[in-house]
Amino acid sequence: MTATAAPAVLDRDGLNALVAALVAQGRTVIGPTVRDGAVGLAELASADELPYGWGVELDAGRYRLVRREDGAAFAHSAGPQSWKSYLHPSRERLWSADRTSEAEIAYTAHEPEAPSYAFLGVRPCDLRAIAIQDRVLTGGRYADDGYGKRRRTALLIAAECTEPGATCFCVSTGGGPSADPGYDLALTEIVDEEGHRFLVRVGSDEGAELLERTPHRTADPVTQQTARAAVDAARDRMGRALPPVDLRSLMGASLDAERWDDVAARCLTCGNCTMVCPTCFCTTTEEITDLTGDHTERWQRWDSCFDLDFSYLHGGPVRSSARSRYRQWLTHKLSTWHDQFGTTGCVGCGRCVTWCPAGIDITEEVAALDAERAALGTETD
Amino acid sequence: MAPTLAVFKLASCDGCQLTLLDCEDELLALAGEVEIAHFLEASSAVAPGPYDLSLVEGSVTTAADAERVRAIRAASRHLVTIGACATAGGIQALRNFADVDEYRRVVYAHPEYVETLATSTPVSAHVDVDFELRGCPIDKRQLIEVITAFLVGRKPDIPDHSVCFECKRRGTVCVTVAHGTPCLGPVTHAGCGALCPAYHRGCFGCFGPSGSVNLPALIPLLRRDSLDEDDVERFLHTFNAAAFEKVEKVEKVEKELAT
Repeated sequence: MTATAAPAVLDRDGLNALVAALVAQGRTVIGPTVRDGAVGLAELASADELPYGWGVELDAGRYRLVRREDGAAFAHSAGPQSWKSYLHPSRERLWSADRTSEAEIAYTAHEPEAPSYAFLGVRPCDLRAIAIQDRVLTGGRYADDGYGKRRRTALLIAAECTEPGATCFCVSTGGGPSADPGYDLALTEIVDEEGHRFLVRVGSDEGAELLERTPHRTADPVTQQTARAAVDAARDRMGRALPPVDLRSLMGASLDAERWDDVAARCLTCGNCTMVCPTCFCTTTEEITDLTGDHTERWQRWDSCFDLDFSYLHGGPVRSSARSRYRQWLTHKLSTWHDQFGTTGCVGCGRCVTWCPAGIDITEEVAALDAERAALGTETD
Repeated sequence: MAPTLAVFKLASCDGCQLTLLDCEDELLALAGEVEIAHFLEASSAVAPGPYDLSLVEGSVTTAADAERVRAIRAASRHLVTIGACATAGGIQALRNFADVDEYRRVVYAHPEYVETLATSTPVSAHVDVDFELRGCPIDKRQLIEVITAFLVGRKPDIPDHSVCFECKRRGTVCVTVAHGTPCLGPVTHAGCGALCPAYHRGCFGCFGPSGSVNLPALIPLLRRDSLDEDDVERFLHTFNAAAFEKVEKVEKVEKELAT
């Protein structure tokens, strides 16, 4: 690692220069920006498009933008989309085939679209979500080429969390507001009497090179301490928490719980939770033929365990009830994910809580399952 | 010989069969693959049946149409209904919840000239239907998909899930969660590409109920987002009123059975 691996400080102009350098490199810079009444992700032409001065008020099933006096850019929680919209897009063409004569068909494999992405403002929960999708989509026998290609070239600039939302619960999933390794650069935003600035830590050679080309100063101890204190304080300000129990055994013991009926009565089975989840990865394939029948294409598109067709085998769906579909989602996320991929599938970003129109709260549901198990235990004692 | 395509109309506004004429880029390709044997909106030249694929628009509101749809079925190898009228009874199914004789007296100077049934019903209430394509009007891309699928003998790729899937896939911010806008998206059949929410409007259900509907869970949310009881009823009583009503009835029976 180079000398610039020491923490540095950027001011707003410095952040502008950083984004300008990425754009000049030919990177497609994606970051948070205000759009349609939310802080969403979009391509940024400059750091000026970051949501300076915008915060969010969150609750189960509710998201509102609010003005912030301090002008901070990264003081909003996880928004309506996650980075999977770019790394694992909702629809992707896999291959096509053309009938060249009566007996012959020519196949064309389509090179995945892989712009050279730079993701700016990846929150620590989302950094962990990307690491989880890496294991799912690039590990094992069934690697997703498109994901792998996009992921390998993507530059990740994390923004540590100093402002958890009311639906955040990363700490109780084993995470926290500080960025785990995996980033190229990690920013910690500070706004105080000393000014608006970003502490930058370097996580890779590529990050170091980028920082070297950007006007910056070496981080002073006060800025470093202030940044650390802000992230540490965020740890204690999570709006929600999963109960501190072994979730795998809780899920295993809860397969027949009555709570599934309770949640099924409120669940719209609309699929929103899975679509906003930064780790949900399920897809289906669609075959398209044209009118002549001489040209066909295979596309991959996001699917969801809340879709009846998702578990359709001959004769009907395996999981026809809302109860069975919600149970499938939750038990996979918190329990069987460990068996498949060695970690939990939940990073505690809170999106499924915020963006469920019915406001179904995963932390509340797990707590209810835990209480039901405890009550049963008391009965049988 | 090319397979024959026929288009028929019952009680409807013509908007769905117009969607076929709207397929400007695909029309020549379509005409190359099928013989358009009966399509009065496009041509007065009509060839007799039987037809390989019949598209039927409109609902059954008269005894004569009930007879006619049986004849269409008998003349069709595959019968596909297109649009909210043909698949759910349409806006005219509002009569199903009212007194038709009273309507007739109030609206017409000579009610005795009007011969009509008491209800507006989907084609599937009268004859077997091979596929129902939803929408008011139907989506042109989906219509081509259905015709293409029937031409090659495969299942059309027309998902049964909610409009929410389409909003999320195209990256639209949820209008209910972020703006407090009442939206029928979570219970409405996908197919439009989530058009209204993309323009900051709540979905008004023109594709009818999705394959997995939980109205008792949605109605409290509509109330929360400032619709009163009458508003909720009006919201659900549009082009697919009878279909949503049917779902409500089934839900009620299921609930009674469960308790």
